[in-house]
Amino acid sequence: MYNKQHLDPHDDTSAQRPDFMPYQNNGGTVVAMGGEDYCIVAATTRLGLGFAIPTRNVCRYAILNDRVVLATAGMYADTVALHKVVTARVKVYQQQQEKPFGLFSAAQLLSNTLYYRRFFPYYTFNVLGGLDQDGQGFVYGFDAIGSGEKVKVVCNGTAQALIQPILDNQVEKKQQYENKQIEKWSLQEALDLVKDVFTSAGERDIYTGDAVDICTVTKQRGVVVETFPLKKD
Amino acid sequence: MFRNQYDTDVTTFSPQGRLHQIEYAQEAVKQGSAVVGVRNKNYAVLATLKRTTSDLASTQKKLFPIDDHIGMAIAGLTADARLLSKYMRTECLNYKYVYECPMPLSRLVLRVADKHQIATQRVSKRPFGVGLLIIGYDQQGPHLYETSPSGEYWEYQAMSIGARAQSARTYLEKVFETLDNCSLDQLCRHAVLALRETVAALKDMELSTKNCALAIVGKDLKFTIYEDEDVLPYLDVVQAASLQPMDGQSSTL
Repeated sequence: MYNKQHLDPHDDTSAQRPDFMPYQNNGGTVVAMGGEDYCIVAATTRLGLGFAIPTRNVCRYAILNDRVVLATAGMYADTVALHKVVTARVKVYQQQQEKPFGLFSAAQLLSNTLYYRRFFPYYTFNVLGGLDQDGQGFVYGFDAIGSGEKVKVVCNGTAQALIQPILDNQVEKKQQYENKQIEKWSLQEALDLVKDVFTSAGERDIYTGDAVDICTVTKQRGVVVETFPLKKD
Repeated sequence: MFRNQYDTDVTTFSPQGRLHQIEYAQEAVKQGSAVVGVRNKNYAVLATLKRTTSDLASTQKKLFPIDDHIGMAIAGLTADARLLSKYMRTECLNYKYVYECPMPLSRLVLRVADKHQIATQRVSKRPFGVGLLIIGYDQQGPHLYETSPSGEYWEYQAMSIGARAQSARTYLEKVFETLDNCSLDQLCRHAVLALRETVAALKDMELSTKNCALAIVGKDLKFTIYEDEDVLPYLDVVQAASLQPMDGQSSTL
């Protein structure tokens, strides 16, 4: 039986191609990691389409407020649409509640927004990172229809299978041969880890490269964004 | 104001061609405590006097943020103002969503004014009993607008509405031509001094952190409200003024 999985809707030479395909996979990888008093949310900037690169510089993150950042991989048009909807809803929340928008509320809002489109989903793979009420850094990972989980470290997008095991092993000390204690990662160590992880993923995943936007959330400085270059191949 | 047979509903003109219900609604605006707005080349400032119904109650809300670049002060029925602020916020959000840029003030004020007008031409409605002083910063620079229950709106360099606002307007008339050359601090001084004029005639009433709130918007400055302790630096100018009366400032009795 002809295996449909090998058919690429963007490959004009393939025998079977749907007449209209509302979705595209523009690639991209997003990582988020929470520390004791900081949170890092990172997103690659390459936009891929099949084997081509339409642009090397797109913005996949949205700063919701000075404590919460959303980053999204998947289809870029849906990413933009989702970010627009979520940032508008954050504004409404802040105007109505007259209090700052917290991490848990953001997770709930994102989950509801995604599930609202259960029968025509946003083709998006999200991570949400920020400081919770106690000032501790935490992150949430979501699937396309809004199923989310609060964890310390998460990854989503095309290089998820390459990066997530590294993060589990190094940050949460899972699957280590000897039972290691979970150490606290300082902000600088965490930033170095995130950069290493993207550099490594870029070697193997064609959709990961060009640059990473790294957002660091701290109580003192709010959200600070740094762009870290990656290989362009 | 006199009662007559042409003032029962807003859809009846008087023989003099007036709509009395609208004028009565404007009276409601004059009952609210004073608010002052001033504008210069880069900034717009609102100074408001917050009134309490009793010592046990919190003060009435006078300043409403509408968007990052727009906010307003109100005089009159606070409930009507709340409804209007909800409408304005939704309009700004929708505009930003569709056009990817902040809503220009003139368009927002026009929509608000049209909403006011509808209520002046339906038997089933009553006019809004609130006057708004809207400030904002858009591509054309800073603006200050006033809206009235009649559905009219005007753009001003400086304006005051509410109780005893005429005293503030008299002060502003003397200084408004110098506002464009003022720094932000000087602009805030003028706003606070104008507001002070509205209470200068009253005994036992002074501007303090308890009853004064300020709001500023401008180039690179989102609409920000200063109240309670944050407004104290701006009130220092009031202390200085009461020790030495400034030239051209009327000290009313």
